[in-house]
Amino acid sequence: MTAASGLAVSQAVKPPVFWAPLLKDAIVAGFVAVLLALPLVGLQTYDVGGGALGIRTHFDWVAIAGAGVFCGRLGLRLLHQLYPRRTSRNAALTSLAAWGSRQVVPITIAGIAFAAALPFLPSSSRYLIDLGTTVLIYVMLGWGLNVVVGLAGLLDLGYVAFYAVGAYTFALLARDLGFSFWEALPFSGLVAASFGIILGFPVLRLRGDYLAIVTLGFGEIIRIVLLNWASATGGPNGISDIPRPTFFGLPFARSAPEGVTTFHQFFGLEFSPEHRVIFIYFVILAMALLTNAFTLRIRKLPIGRAWEALREDEVACRALGINPTTVKLSAFAIGAMFGGFAGSFFATRQGFISPESFTFIESATILAIVVLGGMGSQLGVVLAAILLVSLPEFGRAFAEFRMLIFGAAMVGVMVWRPRGLISHRAPTLRLGADPAG
Amino acid sequence: MNSATTAAETAVPLLAVEHLTMRFGGLIAVDDVSFTAYRDEITAIIGPNGAGKTTVFNCLTGFYRPSTGRLAMHKNGEILRLERIEGFRIARRAGIARTFQNIRLFAGMTGLENLIVAQHNPLMKASGFSLAGLLGLPRYRSAEQAAVERARHWLDRIGLTDRADWLAASLPYGAQRRLEIARALCTGPALLCLDEPAAGLNPRESAELNELLLSIRAEERIGILLIEHDMSVVMGISDHVIVLDYGRKIADGTPAEVRADPEVIRAYLGEDDVDGSAAPAKAVAQQQPQEPAAVSSQGQALGSRFRENDG
Amino acid sequence: MAYFLQQLINGLTLGSIYGLIAIGYTMVYGIIGMINFAHGEIYMIGAFISIIAFLVLGLAGLTYVPLALAVVLLITMFFTSIYGWAVERIAYRPLRGSFRLAPLISAIGMSIFLQNYVQIFQGARVKPMPPIVQGGFTVLDSGGFAVRLSYLQLFIILLTLALMFGFTTLIAATPLGRAQRACEQDMRMASLLGVNVDRVISLTFVMGAALAAVAGLMVTLYYGVIDFFIGFLAGVKAFTAAVLGGIGSLPGAMLGGILIGLIEAFWSGYFSVEYKDVSVFAVLILVLVFCPTGLLGRPEVEKV
Repeated sequence: MTAASGLAVSQAVKPPVFWAPLLKDAIVAGFVAVLLALPLVGLQTYDVGGGALGIRTHFDWVAIAGAGVFCGRLGLRLLHQLYPRRTSRNAALTSLAAWGSRQVVPITIAGIAFAAALPFLPSSSRYLIDLGTTVLIYVMLGWGLNVVVGLAGLLDLGYVAFYAVGAYTFALLARDLGFSFWEALPFSGLVAASFGIILGFPVLRLRGDYLAIVTLGFGEIIRIVLLNWASATGGPNGISDIPRPTFFGLPFARSAPEGVTTFHQFFGLEFSPEHRVIFIYFVILAMALLTNAFTLRIRKLPIGRAWEALREDEVACRALGINPTTVKLSAFAIGAMFGGFAGSFFATRQGFISPESFTFIESATILAIVVLGGMGSQLGVVLAAILLVSLPEFGRAFAEFRMLIFGAAMVGVMVWRPRGLISHRAPTLRLGADPAG
Repeated sequence: MNSATTAAETAVPLLAVEHLTMRFGGLIAVDDVSFTAYRDEITAIIGPNGAGKTTVFNCLTGFYRPSTGRLAMHKNGEILRLERIEGFRIARRAGIARTFQNIRLFAGMTGLENLIVAQHNPLMKASGFSLAGLLGLPRYRSAEQAAVERARHWLDRIGLTDRADWLAASLPYGAQRRLEIARALCTGPALLCLDEPAAGLNPRESAELNELLLSIRAEERIGILLIEHDMSVVMGISDHVIVLDYGRKIADGTPAEVRADPEVIRAYLGEDDVDGSAAPAKAVAQQQPQEPAAVSSQGQALGSRFRENDG
Repeated sequence: MAYFLQQLINGLTLGSIYGLIAIGYTMVYGIIGMINFAHGEIYMIGAFISIIAFLVLGLAGLTYVPLALAVVLLITMFFTSIYGWAVERIAYRPLRGSFRLAPLISAIGMSIFLQNYVQIFQGARVKPMPPIVQGGFTVLDSGGFAVRLSYLQLFIILLTLALMFGFTTLIAATPLGRAQRACEQDMRMASLLGVNVDRVISLTFVMGAALAAVAGLMVTLYYGVIDFFIGFLAGVKAFTAAVLGGIGSLPGAMLGGILIGLIEAFWSGYFSVEYKDVSVFAVLILVLVFCPTGLLGRPEVEKV
């Protein structure tokens, strides 16, 4: 039995509410909000034309900001005063998460079943399947980064570099050397993993924050090189005419040149552009599931446990004879490999890649997914990825505010639930029988 | 057991430290310290705070590179020079395991997992660097089983079998200390280095610790090196005591010898000490109710001066 | 030779700007041991506020340049400091006891938030600014290449020197500076001795933000165009400067800033403009791999 559950404390006596300090605190907060909002929200610059700027005032927004912060702060403090024990406030979410983590197997099966059935549901459309594909790409990237950040505890801010390397490797192999997707895939992974080792080797002994900045630097270097080394990478125009995926050799086209059977001809179906879309969806689904299976398995192997031990306490690991550098490198390389695989998929899906898709914002987004989902939690990554990709679908406002919300959410999660939304860690080995309930 | 005869008859030197010196810039933390630790013996390193005890440990276990000195570990008939081995390799190659002053368990992992991580190196080999493990080959599975058995053995020894699946952070303090010792033992060491294992333990727990260490000494063929302030542990179970003060060794002998050594008493009590802690002196004195004369006249004079200042 | 001199002048100017931002990084790192990833966005906010302040003053009819500069300087420093203060209160203070990656992740989140915040409310397009401080003089004229030192460049370098001097005095001689240095050494002990650690930390952030605000103003004047993304690149470069100079060391930050400015200027002057950012990143990696304590920093001994 883990003793991680909090003690249940009955709130027999509600403490009195001291209004004066609460109000004073909230007023100060509101005032600060007004000061913050005044220059940037209250005074909006806009193009007047001819290289000049004009100013629009939005003092009503400033007032709203002030009032909003006032109310929010008051409400929060009130909550704190009435329910002073942190455990009871978090209790609902914690017990939900704990229940959820015990139901992992049924949830997983249901999830996979749903995902597999998605393209064939009556409400599905090409748009929805596309959305699902995008979600799955981010899920795979999230699971890959999870190995590095969640399991090994190495903050990698340049993960997008491996994504890019995989994509460009595939693109060049496919376009110039005629490799098929499945033939090029292992090479993309290999090249990406090699980059992971080359980039990781000099820097993995750096401490957390330095490592983060250096990996960020690497990510940017890769992007700048891709942008400028036009002869190899096409520069800002990127690489286009990447061969689209085929069904193991059968092209998804309406008609094919002499001697080549198309997919729909082979299976005796009416041609539909949806065939390729659905196929791509299943490819990424399979890739993601393989990533997941691999990660779950490797967590139970010595190397996986070493990753987690290293995250917990590197000094203790050294005292136990564990080589921190090789352990970190392996996490880095494996994470990079999955990033590379995802990159290949991305390239073949789009048919076209350019350095624009591989900015730091992408790295930050993938990191946000891992952090919000709960570092180390597979299910959490899925939920966070779904949230990220589908948020803009709920309205134009959400689309605009998406990264804003994500940034705020990252801060919020760290402050309130640092272990993420799903923070229950399942041990890799049990001595006793599995606890029931 | 009379440690003097034991030392003469069956002394197997395990670790020979010669002229160990550790400098941090201008500060000399350890100054020309030499001693030998023997197998089947418990060697204690004591001394006032700041004497350099943990620094010695850090030099032995690869966390610091000694400024000068020769650290010779005798293993399987060959001599390993610790100062030449890279930090983390010392645990595996020289067979030295340690615990830390502030417990360093893997807090987010269970007790069992902590003990399994300690067996990382043999398990990695058996898993074929994960390949055999991924494929679920029997050679890995049996290695993992053996590792779990070994962990279970130590969990039984420290009485934590029923809480093996608890998160290490949720264990009570005394249990955490014992778990850390068990974790060090799971690496199969030749020399076990314990840094203040009794810190924060109450007298009952200290007595249990003594029992555990004595049983380890009796049953495993290893040496134990320990840093301690708790005199009941030091005097109760050590075969051999080394005293450090300001980085230098000031005494080296059996507990009885060290206890009576005037240098040691002075180190703990200090010279013109107004607020010198009477506790160590008391502990030292209480160990020897039959030999009040052994407390030197120096000590008595100091004691009276102390009382004088009390007004 | 003339070309070299021009690059030198450009590099010194750029370096001053980086140095001012770097001081913020190094002070925060020195006192709470974390990289304020959002500091670059504070600088960007400073730049935006300075443009807005200029516009407002222009609309209000104040066009006398020195006065306008002074007023804008004060306004920018004021509002940006509040942002700096707020970021610390919201994103870092609650995390003081948390695991080591938490403040860094929070900082990244804050950085993303601030970037998008400015992007949403001020628009994603670049903001141009007509040149306010114009003119300069020719330092050297050789072989048809005139080395020009503009008044603006002079202003930037001199203001930076003045601020550096003022700051060093502040840290070395005032009670606040002493309290800050005490907190850097041993926070718990400082608090036991009656230092209000929370306030000292807040003030550190405020001071860093104020300097970043000045840098933002300078960049607005110097380049004449800003956008919501300038914080990212400048932030990383300034952090590189702080590390190069020795993290935790104030003169080190300034020295590092100057060096990075010079490296960037000379690289783009003599090699290639496209890869000038790469040159700075390369410096970052090289310094951290080979000499993490930087030029003026103190080596850290691991406590086990």
